[in-house]
Amino acid sequence: MNMHSLILRTAGHFLLPLLLLFSVFLLLRGHDEPGGGFIGGLVAAAAIVLYLFSMDIQSARKVLRVDPRDVLGTGMVLAVISAIPGVFRGQPFFTAQWWEFTAPLFGEIKLSTVLIFDIGVYLVVIGSVLTIMLTLAEAEE
Amino acid sequence: MLYAILSTFLVAAIAPTVHRVTGRSSGWVLGLLPAALFVYFLSFLPAVSSGESIVLVWPWLPGLDIQLSFLVDGLSLLFALLISGIGFFIVTYAGRYLEGHRDLGRFYVIILAFMGSMLGLVLADNLVAMFVFWELTSITSYLLIGYNHENADARKYALQGLFVTVGGGLALLAGIIMLAMAGGSWELSEILNNGDVVREHALYLPLLLLILLGAFTKSAQVPFHFWLPRAMAAPTPVSAYLHSATMVKAGVYLMARLNPSLGGTDIWFTTLALFGAVTMFTGVFLAFRSTGVKKVLAYSTVMALGTLTMLIGIGTETALMAAMAFLLAHSLYKGALFMVAGILDHEAGAKDFLQTGGLRSALPVTAAFAILAALSLGGVIPLFGFVAKELMLEAVLEAPSLGGILALLAVLTAILGVAVAAIVGIRPWFGARVETPKTPHHDAPVAMLAGPAVLASLGLIFGLGPGLADQGLVNAAAASVQGAPVDGYLSLWHGINWPLAISAFSLVAGGVLYWRWEQARRALAWVDRAAEYGPEKGYFKMMDGLVWISEWQTRVLQNGYLRYYVIVIVVMTAGLVGFTAQLFGVGVGSLNLERLEVHEMAILAILVASMLYAVLTRSRLGGVAALGSLGFTVALVYVLYSAADVGITQVLVETLTVILLVLVLFRLPGFLNLSSTALRIRDAGIALVMGGMITLLILSTLDARLFPSISQYFIDESVPSGYGRNIVNVVLVDFRALDTLGEIFVLALAAIGVYAMIRFRAEDRR
Repeated sequence: MNMHSLILRTAGHFLLPLLLLFSVFLLLRGHDEPGGGFIGGLVAAAAIVLYLFSMDIQSARKVLRVDPRDVLGTGMVLAVISAIPGVFRGQPFFTAQWWEFTAPLFGEIKLSTVLIFDIGVYLVVIGSVLTIMLTLAEAEE
Repeated sequence: MLYAILSTFLVAAIAPTVHRVTGRSSGWVLGLLPAALFVYFLSFLPAVSSGESIVLVWPWLPGLDIQLSFLVDGLSLLFALLISGIGFFIVTYAGRYLEGHRDLGRFYVIILAFMGSMLGLVLADNLVAMFVFWELTSITSYLLIGYNHENADARKYALQGLFVTVGGGLALLAGIIMLAMAGGSWELSEILNNGDVVREHALYLPLLLLILLGAFTKSAQVPFHFWLPRAMAAPTPVSAYLHSATMVKAGVYLMARLNPSLGGTDIWFTTLALFGAVTMFTGVFLAFRSTGVKKVLAYSTVMALGTLTMLIGIGTETALMAAMAFLLAHSLYKGALFMVAGILDHEAGAKDFLQTGGLRSALPVTAAFAILAALSLGGVIPLFGFVAKELMLEAVLEAPSLGGILALLAVLTAILGVAVAAIVGIRPWFGARVETPKTPHHDAPVAMLAGPAVLASLGLIFGLGPGLADQGLVNAAAASVQGAPVDGYLSLWHGINWPLAISAFSLVAGGVLYWRWEQARRALAWVDRAAEYGPEKGYFKMMDGLVWISEWQTRVLQNGYLRYYVIVIVVMTAGLVGFTAQLFGVGVGSLNLERLEVHEMAILAILVASMLYAVLTRSRLGGVAALGSLGFTVALVYVLYSAADVGITQVLVETLTVILLVLVLFRLPGFLNLSSTALRIRDAGIALVMGGMITLLILSTLDARLFPSISQYFIDESVPSGYGRNIVNVVLVDFRALDTLGEIFVLALAAIGVYAMIRFRAEDRR
């Protein structure tokens, strides 16, 4: 799997944090500008896959720290949980709930169950892509 | 109410942790939940017993008329109290009975989830919600019956219970959809007031039969009775819970619940009364023949379920009163007796009545309450079982038709019932001391005695003061089954009449039968051989058939060749889409190529070129690259037409797909030309059909408008109700969040599938 390319390896080192940061950026801006959980998740997954190609599976797993299947499960749980709060306010299942407040330094902040759902999608996408990729890459060896 | 039911599932989720922290006393700690629920349900009692029914509504999917609504009336409250009350004793009992079992934590999870499902089932007002809870009880009871999952029998019979009840569940689903159509509402509280409309409706007969199929399988009516005794593979607390007040009574609950809208017709009367009476007799007959402690109790449960079905079928006011009183009496004594069976097993190691005898002095307290409960089972004065039985006999004697056969079966059942009660109440406790597998050194612990003691004593209290049960709830419950107030009442002494005479006669005759039990069993040995041709045989035959069909269709449709899968999918899709288009008369719009810009033509050219290359190339990597280029060009098209999000997604997915294909390519054997020219022509033909179909479909959307477009709604509403300017994202995560949830579920399943497939193959090779 290792491509033995010095350029790729060096680039992978620097690109990984940048791409991950970018994926979070995409995730958070998604509601107003192009982006969102799905796209962000794909970018993050692509970042890890790039790392996987430039290094090897062990280091990819190490940089990931958690099993991608756990990421997948956490994402699913978050997505399902985000559907519930509406019910407690006497609204239909999955009705979005919004909380707005102003915090020093950040200005106006909008939090919502939609964001939780989007983070869930983000994690599920990362988890699924990496589960598939890592499994395939491991089967290789 | 919502919180009450949710709380069971939430506590179920943390139960293993609670168990770990509290250790030996986990049963008492977790028992607090059902106890609290019991008190909560009690708070409805004053309103309900004065004839009110309360409807509580939470909207769920308003677009589909599905809401989470609960109906609290006499019937549902009676069930809810039994479920939570007996649930308390079961949880505390199990804490001691299964003490030290390594899966006790898991047991709490399932039993609490089961309790929640059962409560949801009896309290739900919306048919869809009720059905969801109905299926949940099937699934959780499957897990409970198969609790000892290392035992092959437990697994097999858990699966049997699941197949029978879920099979019935499918029929029920169809039935309740028809019921909602006929009754004009998904809410039970409305359907029940629409009885005349439902009974006159053209769908009445099919919907009745489907619903009854669901109820009969769940409540183990003949010929589906075989799964219930088999489910005794479960640990005893499970049997005590599932077969006293819950699971198997769900079918009875359903019939009682729907009586106001479905009952009162000839077919309702005949079906329920006949099936019920036959089940009643079959159950008690088989109970009399059995010797296993739990088996006798299981078959006598079958008898009780049959009795209840028959009484609901008869449907007179007396019958409904009798049904509700019998339901209460049976839940009390059967819960107690199953727990006693567990004590016999736990303390003396005895699982069969033949292994027991003379245990009175070793287990004095257990014996006392067991005898009390058995007296109620036998319907001996002054226990509550007697009150219920008298009323049952009275109802049968008053039955509008079929009187002779019902009365005959009822009298035989009463006689055998007394004999069965004697087996349970005399055999283990009196007579010469029989050496049991374990010698009991002390009586059962408090946690295990509390249930039998309280339940059996209630049987005596309600018997001496039937007014308590009557004014409390039985009247209100019977009123909700009848759909009108009832003015009957329960009493211990009805004067000297036929039912009393039958009772007295059955006591004597049952006593004689018990005295001659050994001989009677020997004389009835032929039944074993006959049973081999019984309904269970049919079940196994059906299961074999099911396996055969799935093997056959796997061989034909899923033979492992990807190309056949693709062909099947593509041909089916094209065929169905084409057929639908034909059906709705979708026209094909005309394509206007005049305003095509130069850069658009360039993109089109790249698209066509990549496509041709992908089809014609002999290099696999070249094919993958060509497909990638195709995908990126499509992304370009999206960007051109200002669908930025879709464009970005397309680019990313395309990138990952290429990487994925490259990873897979490594694993494939060399490129070989295996398909003949004829085959390739066929494949090309199929591809052209699919492509042509999609092209026509897209062309048709140019000017066909079957429905008004919803885009404008999303554009208008995105900022005011979704608080987002990116419409695509707002649609994905807010307006259409349920669809997205479904999609990520599919994604997750696909990932797990790939993982399992590759991992297990790798392990196989090793």
